[in-house]
Amino acid sequence: MNKYKKITLDGLIFQNPTFMLVLGTCPTLGLISSATSAAGMGLTVVVILTLSNIIISALKKLIPNEVRIPCYIVVIATLVTFARMLLEKFVPDLYESLGGFLALIVVNCIILGRAEAFANKHTVLESAVDGIANGLGFTCALTIMGIICEFIGNGSVFGLHVMDFKIGMFATPAGSFLVYGISIAVFVYVINLFERAKRVKVNRLARENLLDKEVA
Amino acid sequence: MGTFIAIVLAAVLTNNFITVKTYGICPFLGVSKKTSSALGMGVAVTVVMVLATLVTYPVYEYVMKPLKFDFLEIIFFIFIIAALVQMLEKIIQKLSPSLYNTMGIYLPLITTNCAVLGVAELVINDGTMEQFLSGASMNIGWAVLYSFFAGLGFTLVMIIMSGMRERLNYYKTPKALAGFPTAMVTASFICMAFMVFTYIQI
Repeated sequence: MNKYKKITLDGLIFQNPTFMLVLGTCPTLGLISSATSAAGMGLTVVVILTLSNIIISALKKLIPNEVRIPCYIVVIATLVTFARMLLEKFVPDLYESLGGFLALIVVNCIILGRAEAFANKHTVLESAVDGIANGLGFTCALTIMGIICEFIGNGSVFGLHVMDFKIGMFATPAGSFLVYGISIAVFVYVINLFERAKRVKVNRLARENLLDKEVA
Repeated sequence: MGTFIAIVLAAVLTNNFITVKTYGICPFLGVSKKTSSALGMGVAVTVVMVLATLVTYPVYEYVMKPLKFDFLEIIFFIFIIAALVQMLEKIIQKLSPSLYNTMGIYLPLITTNCAVLGVAELVINDGTMEQFLSGASMNIGWAVLYSFFAGLGFTLVMIIMSGMRERLNYYKTPKALAGFPTAMVTASFICMAFMVFTYIQI
């Protein structure tokens, strides 16, 4: 159980693909000007990433090592084609708002990165958990930044009007870059604080243990 | 002539790939630490974009559309691009080893670059191209022209960014802001500067 907890925490926080590894930047910057499209993109990536992780880890014995990257790309491109058809048919609004970025999921570094770094070495269940965790990490990051950008840039949250005051720059790529950069800085700062606190605690425990031993 | 100017202005300034469309951000952030490498990456991306459009556009228009398997465009395009990049790498390695040493290292990175697949998808999308064409009908000439100037626009922003990042090396940044955050804020200022061009009426 501990193994799955570690995979989940790594995907969501400590190895968060958006903030810690800075992968998949093109859709992030292109879509966070609206919270709805950011969340939609995130959820699409969760589904594709989980399925591609499952398929690739199931086929890892069959795929020859020399041509693994083209094989991964076939799997991912097929999944993206399916996702595109399904979204076009059933969620046309989201399909419109994602635009060109839907096809560009094929070259999203997160999916190929997880296939290469995780799915081809682990079991199907672990890979599925990893896919969900990383996808949710991506989704949360995108949604948070989407809410910030849309709130300041458009005065609304998920399309609902909140206030009349707005700074239009935050609805353009310039604002996306600014919010993304500052979000990374804040996230890294908080993680560093957390890890420092953990280290201090470990050190204190070790010192107390040592003192106890000396006393004894 | 009007269409030509409209496409050039749109591709380089008003619809710049990095600052407006946010395609190709990975190399933009990853390879923009030095001006020489930024220029190498920009040229490599431009070459691959032109070659990719030169192949994908006719394949889509004259083979996939008449035979009605245009829904497979993503799979076909990514394979065409991957094969092209591999071929280009081998040809450059054979013909000019010195060019290979300066440009070759960027080539494998380009296969998974949003800008290349993005331009191949853009030029087959009638809706996006119509606004630049001002009535002229779309053909392979316009497609290649658009991809060439989109590549030039990409190179332009890469060079501006690398110049600014070289300067930033002389200043001390807070620890949390070092690296990507600083680069992103710098990119944000470049985007703001490029917003001026949206006032150009084509």
